[in-house]
Amino acid sequence: MNYRHIKKWLLLAAIILSGFASHFSDAINAYYLQVVIFIGINIILAVGLNLINGYTGQFSLGHAGFMAIGAYVSAYLSNEHSAGFFHALGGASFFSVAALFLGVLIAGGLAAAVAGLIVGVPSLRLKGDYLAIVTLGFGEIIRVVIQNTDAVGGPRGYGGIASYTTLFWTYSIVAITIYVVVSLIDSTYGRGFLTVRDDAVAAEAVGINPTRYKVTAFVLGAFFAGIAGGLYAHSTTYINPSGFDFQRSIEIVIMVILGGMGSTAGVTFAAILLTLLLEYLRFVSGYQWLPEIVRRIAANRVIIYSLVLIALMLLRPQGLFGWLPRRGVPVGSARVKRTKLPPHAP
Amino acid sequence: MLELKDLAVNYGSINALHDVSLTVAKGGIVTLIGANGAGKSTTLRTVSGLLKTRHGSIRYEGEEISHLPAHRIVQRGISQVPEGRMIFANLTVRENLLMGAYLRKDRNKLGHDFDSVFEIFPRLKERAKQVAGTLSGGEQQMLAISRALMSKPRCLMLDEPSLGIAPILVKTIFQKIVEINRSLGITILLVEQNANLALEVSHYGYVLETGRIILHDKCDALRANEKVKSAYLGGH
Repeated sequence: MNYRHIKKWLLLAAIILSGFASHFSDAINAYYLQVVIFIGINIILAVGLNLINGYTGQFSLGHAGFMAIGAYVSAYLSNEHSAGFFHALGGASFFSVAALFLGVLIAGGLAAAVAGLIVGVPSLRLKGDYLAIVTLGFGEIIRVVIQNTDAVGGPRGYGGIASYTTLFWTYSIVAITIYVVVSLIDSTYGRGFLTVRDDAVAAEAVGINPTRYKVTAFVLGAFFAGIAGGLYAHSTTYINPSGFDFQRSIEIVIMVILGGMGSTAGVTFAAILLTLLLEYLRFVSGYQWLPEIVRRIAANRVIIYSLVLIALMLLRPQGLFGWLPRRGVPVGSARVKRTKLPPHAP
Repeated sequence: MLELKDLAVNYGSINALHDVSLTVAKGGIVTLIGANGAGKSTTLRTVSGLLKTRHGSIRYEGEEISHLPAHRIVQRGISQVPEGRMIFANLTVRENLLMGAYLRKDRNKLGHDFDSVFEIFPRLKERAKQVAGTLSGGEQQMLAISRALMSKPRCLMLDEPSLGIAPILVKTIFQKIVEINRSLGITILLVEQNANLALEVSHYGYVLETGRIILHDKCDALRANEKVKSAYLGGH
């Protein structure tokens, strides 16, 4: 059995397993269940962003914006149109709910992908910091637009969303996302992403169209973020524009950096770790026996992010999970000089 | 095979090339020599579509190609080995070569092409699984040339293949260039600062000075030319 088949079986196994786990989710404490689902959502976001920031070497700071589009579009559709949909299908059965949820998730993903295309085409001519600024601005624009759209509650937020997100949905999509990204990067077409990062001019010289690759990475990453947004909306059942702010984008970027840019496995672990850490900090900020300064820092995520990033850059520039197989990190950068490159790239 | 006529290129408001005309005959090795900043690399980059022309024409096998984007030009059979090698440092040697064949439709024939490339550069075969960024400068140049060959070009353009390579390897690389021309029948346009070496292996040469062609002739004649000797060959 070759590698390609193993991947397919793993995908199938993961989907079955998540369905199985979902069956017992009533037995789990609701809070823990929520955290586990958030972990899955963050994995989807981080693995998607890794395609843009890690493999293709672009720097996007607006991932929360794409997530917001997915969340709002899917929530709006399932709120406003579920009644008509169920009526047409003859009532809310297990299958009609599944069809509706899948439909609105994909609609949210597609809406985010279209937004990715609209932002990507003009702004991907920019490089590095400039691209970061444009994507950051884009994320803020999305948030402000939503804040001023009365149909979805504006600054009050948008509630009453059906609670469709389960372990099954979340982790099936996690598995599919990882499968798609890993298969893509392993293919000849997908190697193009790495060449764009290594050297865009050389890529052009062998006949690769770098702009097309950058836009593809952007659109795909945005699509996954949109899906993650849909899962998020149907998990919390209430969404608010401020939940998709700059901090959220930074959070996802940190997961990618923490995982060692260009390693899907590393980024997955980082997403798990960071989600747990951030949840734990909620408790820390409530521990009365801690000095107030510590509690204040724990309550302020931005400080934590900065500290984590500074510590990481100094101590482990290759990412926390730098030993995991990864692709698309420039040789000769500070990040690689400290680790020895394996003689055989994976 | 390749014909440039009155080609002019700007970098912003600066004219990098003025009315450059040159012809590369099928099956030959043509070299473009000149000092730093004369416009040699600019000429190559314009032909391969990385730079846009201001006016003038580039005809390849009788067809105008100056308006085509870079990947279309590779598709037509012109492949460039960029200056400074520019290999994909994080991919393995094998993957680099595969990317060279990115636009090829006949993927089932790749095995044969790997063999023929490895025949020219046996060193690469030994290092097929190594990450390309860990190769020596000379090996990287061999890889860059091989990668360009994987697209099955009919015309190969080399930009400063001797740049930053150990002198002992420079000779080898130039021998390989001649071998590629003779045994694979690939037409070569060579840009080189090392005029001595370039004129030795080439059939016809053009001398560029501040964006203009000031002289062109058979290489033997150029090597005998007093002006070329004193300016580029270090003769007195």
